[in-house]
Amino acid sequence: MRARIRTLTDGTATGLAVLSTILVVAPLVAIFIYLIYKGASSLSWAFFTRNPVPVGEMGGGMANAIVGSAILLTVASLIGVPVGISGGIFLAEYGRGTKLANAIRFTADVLNGVPSIVMGIAAYSLVVVPQGHFSAFSGGVALGIMMIPTVCRTTEEMLLMVPNAVREAALALGVPNWRSVLAITVRTASPGIITGCMLAFARVAGETAPLIFTAFGNVGWSGKLSEPIAALPLQIYVYALSPYDDWHRLAWAGSLVLIVLIVFSVALVRYVTSRGVLKGAS
Amino acid sequence: MGVGIEVINLNAWYGTNHTLQDINLNIPANHVTALIGPSGCGKSTFVRCLNRMHETNPIARVTGTVLIGDLDIYEDANPVEIRRRVGMVFQRPNPFPTMSIYDNVAAGLKLNGYRNHRALDEIVEKSLKNSALWDEVKDDLKKKSGASLSGGQQQRLCIARALAVDPEVLLMDEPASALDPVSTAKIEDLIFQLKSQYTIVIVTHNMQQAARVAEKTGFFLNGRMVEFDSTHKIFTNPSDKRTEDYITGRFG
Repeated sequence: MRARIRTLTDGTATGLAVLSTILVVAPLVAIFIYLIYKGASSLSWAFFTRNPVPVGEMGGGMANAIVGSAILLTVASLIGVPVGISGGIFLAEYGRGTKLANAIRFTADVLNGVPSIVMGIAAYSLVVVPQGHFSAFSGGVALGIMMIPTVCRTTEEMLLMVPNAVREAALALGVPNWRSVLAITVRTASPGIITGCMLAFARVAGETAPLIFTAFGNVGWSGKLSEPIAALPLQIYVYALSPYDDWHRLAWAGSLVLIVLIVFSVALVRYVTSRGVLKGAS
Repeated sequence: MGVGIEVINLNAWYGTNHTLQDINLNIPANHVTALIGPSGCGKSTFVRCLNRMHETNPIARVTGTVLIGDLDIYEDANPVEIRRRVGMVFQRPNPFPTMSIYDNVAAGLKLNGYRNHRALDEIVEKSLKNSALWDEVKDDLKKKSGASLSGGQQQRLCIARALAVDPEVLLMDEPASALDPVSTAKIEDLIFQLKSQYTIVIVTHNMQQAARVAEKTGFFLNGRMVEFDSTHKIFTNPSDKRTEDYITGRFG
């Protein structure tokens, strides 16, 4: 009797867990399927190779926006990843228990909750106003600042998970502390740190609001960081709000491409970084 | 070659807890010295004071003098330099989990900027042979992670890692307490062989182990060293009543 109740409880718990998993994954799958349904038909060679064309002309693509997004995300990652990881290393390895560390941790958590449009305004006043014009660089700064708290806090958490025995082992070998931190602790935590970076990357890749006052958008090519630049989310935003069916279709296609590119870059980073992992490494 | 260790009036604290009180002791070169005593008696703290690992805890404090050979480690040298001369093996095997077996052994040298790859190969082989692990891992040196080995193998890997930086003293903090009897026997054989090249200090809970491997034994109780003598004397005819009570199993 008792055994039957246990089996039943076990089955119910497993069932609930599976159900919750489905509930979590379902919206993602639904969005993806809907995007393919709406967007795939508008994908063409021209979409990837041509720039937008004026209203009324058929065709045109988002080549400049795809490249623009890539440039913006590169700038953002160059700012957000090193700053975030350094901050996380400080919090976990040097500042433990200090007031400065607590202040940084609190600031990072608040920064994480700041609406992205506010981040855009901040970058506007910090970069755009002094420079006197919209620019790709200012867009990258806005996105980069948004990446910092996520990267910083996940780096800290992952470093704290590295057992103290590993740190002691390095110190006991006569390895200087900074070297032990970089070559042993950070390396041991690197899979988690990379996951944190990719989360931050994926999050800012789809941001529109911070780019409105910074990168601004551009209908043509822009190769310079000092000029306004097109970005996929911006282009989608503009096209989706327009009254033209042709632009709506392009917006759907753009959304699909954006998601696929994010998934692709995350998978690529994972593949590249997992190649050196040894048999039995934990 | 090993060097002797002289400890004069050593005191250590964790916060307000006075964990070591007025320790005076001469540890002879190229011998095995065992430290025994009940849990919390300060023997681990003591060995951690010999390579300045004690002070890596921010609330810890040390006073007194420790001479490793001629070197006054709290006066004349920085901790990093001392830890290269005084190797340490911990209670739980702690190989670097993301590194290969080879890199684990080479870590101490590589992370100190040693770049001579051919010499490194030789040092790794020699260290693994010295720790009696070579035959078991020689085919997987760069393929397997240090964490993929069994517990006993991991501990011998940690010994090899400590030997690779060529220390003069080897501190072992209960090196076999997490291991099965077969692995323990291997570690003890190893200690026996290594003492010709190193001065070895081993902390142990296991009195038979102390009797088997050590020439000298020190008995610690409540942060003080009660008695230090030849192992034979400690186990057959101790001078102090408390030592006798402990080794005959009346407490601890």
